Amino acid sequence: MSTRSIVPFGPQHPVLPEPIHLDLVLEDEKVVEAIPSIGFVHRGLEKLVEKKDFNDYVYVAERICGICSFMHGMGYCEAVERIMEVEVPERAVWLRSIWCELSRIHSHLLWLGLLADALGFESLFMHTWRMREKILDMFEYSTGGRVIFSVNKIGGVRRDMDSAMLDDFLRILDGMSAELKELTDTFLGDKAVAGRLSGVGFLTKEQAHDLGAVGPFMRSSGILRDTRTTGYGAYRHIDFEPIVSTAGDSYARTDVRIREIFQSIGLIRQFAAKIPEGDINVTVKGFPQGEHFMRVEQPRGEAVYYVKANGTKFLDRVRVRTPTFANLPAMLETLKGCQLADVPVLILTIDPCISCTER
Amino acid sequence: MPQQRFKKVTPEDLVAEVLMLKHENYRLIQICATRLPGGYELTYSFGLEQDVTHLRLTIDENDEVLSISNIYAPSFLYENEIADLFGVKIKFISLDYQGNLYRTSRKTPFK
Repeated sequence: MSTRSIVPFGPQHPVLPEPIHLDLVLEDEKVVEAIPSIGFVHRGLEKLVEKKDFNDYVYVAERICGICSFMHGMGYCEAVERIMEVEVPERAVWLRSIWCELSRIHSHLLWLGLLADALGFESLFMHTWRMREKILDMFEYSTGGRVIFSVNKIGGVRRDMDSAMLDDFLRILDGMSAELKELTDTFLGDKAVAGRLSGVGFLTKEQAHDLGAVGPFMRSSGILRDTRTTGYGAYRHIDFEPIVSTAGDSYARTDVRIREIFQSIGLIRQFAAKIPEGDINVTVKGFPQGEHFMRVEQPRGEAVYYVKANGTKFLDRVRVRTPTFANLPAMLETLKGCQLADVPVLILTIDPCISCTER
Repeated sequence: MPQQRFKKVTPEDLVAEVLMLKHENYRLIQICATRLPGGYELTYSFGLEQDVTHLRLTIDENDEVLSISNIYAPSFLYENEIADLFGVKIKFISLDYQGNLYRTSRKTPFK
């Protein structure tokens, strides 16, 4: 038997924009076990709900993460709205779904850029993030913000998109599609990229289920599950089928996210074609009393928002189970048996968000 | 529309109830603690297809609950989180960080 050694990985590492630490147990260069440490920047945002008016807490919720900021705000709002039985105007529901899909494109492009950067393919990284800028421009045009928009409120949204704006967005997305195809063909067709991703970091369907994986990470292992099929938002009114792959390796995770980008563009087209006219918010009176578990499909997977209210303006509890937190045990499984040199890219293939995890 | 079902359980019944869900192929979605006067409310959420079943138990501050990490492996993270933030005593966690999962400046800040 080879001698075992422990190599500390992180919390600071060139591939990781945020801190996570792993103790990697190695036999020669092969990883046989990985033990995680998190909590370097835990912010206690859930506790803050006891001191913030439930309306103001929307601003805290959307600061859980800078990538899926919109969806954190929306998930919290929808949980409170269901407790208070607020009838959110249909147009607001559709607008939220459009911003959700733009957020998904933005998040997946950001991840693809980080992957290219981790592989040392700098020109691909720059092109990917150049495309991402166009989505951020759309956010700025429609909400006034590029990262944190603050368009969600309990009872609807604060900003509308008129038909001219939606037409502009569709034209931009049409223009992007051809460029995106060229870009993503490089990810899926370049031998150097495929060499780093194919056959690396396997997660079987059974492991993905048993270890509680979610999102594209799970769907790349053959599980056809997506919270958008549960019927929240405007997804129940359009054609939608989750994207899956059965390969279960790092290449499959890249492939699924790339196909989800094009799918999101298609979903936005459907939303823009069918969005109903009407108000974008309603006035909400009174205080919430009761509890609700709300599930939302973020770019990284299913997020759970639990809200418990006591009939005052301060809530008893807000709990957010983020996708990265759920994906950590499965990520540790993918590391077993891999080479030390593959660890950074493998960690990246779950699209980890430590900011969400350290909410 | 997906169904959400709440089921009250006692700490003594928890493991048996979780085992039954495991046999029915449920997945673990999350474990959550909420502070109550003199104790805690724990909610274990499990999913099967679109539906969700929540096991709900109420414990006193000094009560101990058994870990379910030998049934659902990923529960070790949720259980360490609850122990770190709330100070809930959980026995036999498969990977017990002994209060060091989160490096908070104050121990059990949500207590």
